[in-house]
Amino acid sequence: MKINYKGNIDLTIGAGGRAMNQLIHDLMLAEFDNEFLAQQGDQAILPPANGKLAFSTDSYVVSPLFFNGGDIGSLAINGTVNDLAAGGATPLYIAAGFIIEEGFPLAQLREIVKSMAKAAKTANVKIVTGDTKVVEKGKGDGIFINTSGIGVVENDWVATSPQTDDLVIINGAIGDHGMAIMSKRQGLNFASDISSDCAALNSLIASLAPYQKHIRIMRDPTRGGVSAVLNEWATFYNCSFEIDEEKLLVNESVRGLSEILGFDPLHIANEGKVMLVVAKDYADEICSLMKNHPLGQESRIIAKVNPASQVKVSMKTLFGGLRRVDWLNGEQLPRIC
Amino acid sequence: MKYIDEFRNSQVAKKLIENIQRKINPERKYNLMEFCGGHTHAIHRYGINQILPANIKLIHGPGCPVCVLPIPRIDQAIWLANQPDVILCSYADMLRVPGDKQDSLLKAKARGAQIQIVYSVLDALEIAKNQSDKMIIFFAIGFETTTPPTAHAILEAKKMGLDNFKVFCNHVLTPVAMTAILDDNEVNIDGFIGPSHVSIIVGSDAYREVAQEYQKPVVIAGFEPLDVLQSIEYLIDLINENKPDIINQYTRAVNPEGNLKAQEIIARVLEKRQQFSWRGLGQIAKSGLKIRQEYAHFDAEVYYNLPEFQSDDVKSCECPQILRGIKEPKDCKLFGKACTPENPMGACMVSSEGACAAAFQYSLISR
Ligand code: SF4
Ligand code: SF4
Repeated sequence: MKINYKGNIDLTIGAGGRAMNQLIHDLMLAEFDNEFLAQQGDQAILPPANGKLAFSTDSYVVSPLFFNGGDIGSLAINGTVNDLAAGGATPLYIAAGFIIEEGFPLAQLREIVKSMAKAAKTANVKIVTGDTKVVEKGKGDGIFINTSGIGVVENDWVATSPQTDDLVIINGAIGDHGMAIMSKRQGLNFASDISSDCAALNSLIASLAPYQKHIRIMRDPTRGGVSAVLNEWATFYNCSFEIDEEKLLVNESVRGLSEILGFDPLHIANEGKVMLVVAKDYADEICSLMKNHPLGQESRIIAKVNPASQVKVSMKTLFGGLRRVDWLNGEQLPRIC
Repeated sequence: MKYIDEFRNSQVAKKLIENIQRKINPERKYNLMEFCGGHTHAIHRYGINQILPANIKLIHGPGCPVCVLPIPRIDQAIWLANQPDVILCSYADMLRVPGDKQDSLLKAKARGAQIQIVYSVLDALEIAKNQSDKMIIFFAIGFETTTPPTAHAILEAKKMGLDNFKVFCNHVLTPVAMTAILDDNEVNIDGFIGPSHVSIIVGSDAYREVAQEYQKPVVIAGFEPLDVLQSIEYLIDLINENKPDIINQYTRAVNPEGNLKAQEIIARVLEKRQQFSWRGLGQIAKSGLKIRQEYAHFDAEVYYNLPEFQSDDVKSCECPQILRGIKEPKDCKLFGKACTPENPMGACMVSSEGACAAAFQYSLISR
């Protein structure tokens, strides 16, 4: 029998019997197709890896599930790929867990699975094992996806403390992902062209291999945005950062929407950006190298490292004032009027 | 959205600052109150407070609806949320505002009360349409900006015969609050940076009383940083010339008479209360709005026979002084220590437009 994709997920599928088996077989196994998944065990047996292992996990609970520039599926793959890549690893294998709410349209599930397969292919990683659970209606929010990833650190790159005068590079405009989501939220249906920057960064990061020695730390600024990453680094490494507002790239529509809602793009999530702290003398070379990559064309130096001081992260504003850049407190919420 | 860049140009900013420096009389102090939290936010976010001459003092006024709602009204909202079969719809900011004994809607929600975050009253109306087995109460707050949509929603609900939609009305009036601040002897203000969004509705003429009877100039300013700088320059001119006029800097959105259609809808559905209590400012006559008798069917206060609560601000919280410009956030013992945006003790720390939240988030003072 064929799966009728016009239908919805129901509890028969969730019971783990034939219906579930058929769904996994016809949809997940077919789309993710690779030799490890084909083993169909409760685990994937993987070949020995050449280097230290990097292991990462993240759960995706985004709403809406489909947005301009991506969907929860591509996000779940790219997010974990980027977490591994920003740690200096080459991402190899991914495990995917689905928690689906009863009543969820099968057509949407198929779209999400296809999108994951495509993202994995682009990022050159394999989805090697997985799990699917169905929860009763009202106990989930459509679909949640967890992805865990394994990568290998082939050379000996390890994060090191930023030094005074080091510079911070980012590969382009900030805030696109968060604003693409926000503009599609219920009640905020702004007609806008903002598209998520959702992308796998491993090949961009891999292209920087010749400069590895001069890269101190890397991180993808997702939830909490650029400000969260800088504040975390500042606290952990006991240094301070000064952003130059003039250097920050914020796309016009993101800026406009932020202004209307009273948001600060520094706090808004990105899904295709990486921030690097690099030695001052190599910053320009690294930046131009990044510009050669399709995901790095708008790379730029946005901040510098100062010695530890009381205010950990600050920004020189366009007007020459200096202000603190704090962590985001709670969720950013639209202003009332 | 092209216009935004023009209002952030750093060259123009330099020019404006030079003008201001040239124009000020070094012998005197200029106490300027920005009524609106949106301006407070812009001033801190762009570091405008640091580039102005030292004798210009910017005072953060009560212009954020989250900051001025008194604790008993929060307690009433929590009470409403706890009624059986109720879904209380609220703007997100309100969820964190502390009520009596640091309780909040957020905590009530965690205990099981049905509270739904909405971005506008129309979302609440939509929920009422779709969930006829529940009573949907909209927690309406805000100045003149958010009032017309509330009034409009009540008219819509009436048209549709929606019995399960109620409004807990807490709308307040801006010009009245300005005069109330000026009536306070402790307060020392030379002029106002007037609200932007509010003025789109009420119009620049609404500040006649402030300007003429109280002899305080008002410059209505947009929210962009250059708007704010230019308005400060205009205010300095007016103060120097002793001219208590109204200047409309925000001409791209505000006109003298305001939005007449919105005013008409408000007047049709809502009327002034005899008294309304403001956090920090106390009772102010004719400063709040309630739902007219004709629409009482949609009034949560009437429908539920809402109990009164007696609760006070946290003892050492200086919000009342801050909202009147007598003290600054850093003068509060709790600032940045017991009171942070994650755990606000007073309302000024809740909304990102509150004076304490803006100071905490953006300023370089230690905390
Ligand atoms: S426009 Fe409304 S919410 Fe915005 S700052 Fe003014 S009073 Fe506050
Ligand atoms: S710091 Fe907190 S407690 Fe102190 S005045 Fe501000 S809001 Fe009130």
